[in-house]
Amino acid sequence: MDDVLKIAGREIRSRFLLGTGKFPSHTVMRDTIVASGSHIVTVAVRRVDPDAGSENMLEYVPSGCILMPNTSGARNADEAVRIARLARAMGCGDWIKIEVISDNRYLLPDNAETIRATDILAKEGFVVMPYMNPDLMDARRLRDAGAASVMPLGAPIGTNKGLRMREMISILIEEMDLPVVVDAGIGLPSQAAESMEIGADAVLVNTAVATAKDPARIARAFAMAIQAGREAYLAGPGSIKKYAEASSPLTGFLR
Amino acid sequence: MIITLNGRKVEFDGKISVKGLITARGLKTDSLVVEKNRSIVPRDEWDSVMVEEGDTLEVLSLVGGG
Repeated sequence: MDDVLKIAGREIRSRFLLGTGKFPSHTVMRDTIVASGSHIVTVAVRRVDPDAGSENMLEYVPSGCILMPNTSGARNADEAVRIARLARAMGCGDWIKIEVISDNRYLLPDNAETIRATDILAKEGFVVMPYMNPDLMDARRLRDAGAASVMPLGAPIGTNKGLRMREMISILIEEMDLPVVVDAGIGLPSQAAESMEIGADAVLVNTAVATAKDPARIARAFAMAIQAGREAYLAGPGSIKKYAEASSPLTGFLR
Repeated sequence: MIITLNGRKVEFDGKISVKGLITARGLKTDSLVVEKNRSIVPRDEWDSVMVEEGDTLEVLSLVGGG
């Protein structure tokens, strides 16, 4: 049977979602997206600076990618809704990553405001992908509000600390019917593989890729790790045991 | 007249449409979105919608982000 990721009824070609922030140049970003094989890439909405020259970054996003604007900068649901509507007016489709953050040190998401924004935007026909704190009750509220997935943080944004929220994310994976995308904090391919091994449907990475010395190369590494982790999960790994268990037969010893 | 454009006060003479303002500021028009007093101005109305004294305009585009 084919192992296909479906979000909002759409087949997604890759379980590796890529953020486009922090790249040293548009060309490096483009080469990295190609190397990653990502189907969904995130972008942000910002004021145009007339003095900075306005090169259109969209020209560097390979065709065929789903553009998923985020609502970064939003401190509450109303601001997130405003940004989402502006993003859609740019003609980039209906996908939106809800990001509501009012804490500047750890950039932790505000689940209550995220649920409120999800409710409004899902009713307006957006494909809503909320960045959230991994809490089962809130994940259920997001589902009921019409979210297309839940995107719990592995660790705070940009920290490269890995899957620090493993236990709570495991519970979401076990209990939720929606796709679970580990978003934020993943710093190494091994951590992305770990996320997939415990059953996550996909991983979203930005900082770890964009700030590597060779972004395209590490993107390939992430892509391989995410595939490997998925394969391992589907294979049904053996169980952990307290005591040793011989791998070789315990009969026919030469004694 | 004086308007607020992307959070800054901007002064200019005469009548100007949203489209005129964007081109006067030297902005490429592809994949921009314009908000006038908290309402999105549809692209096909950029020519007809005029900028007025005291307006608050936001001109936004997509940038790299995670």
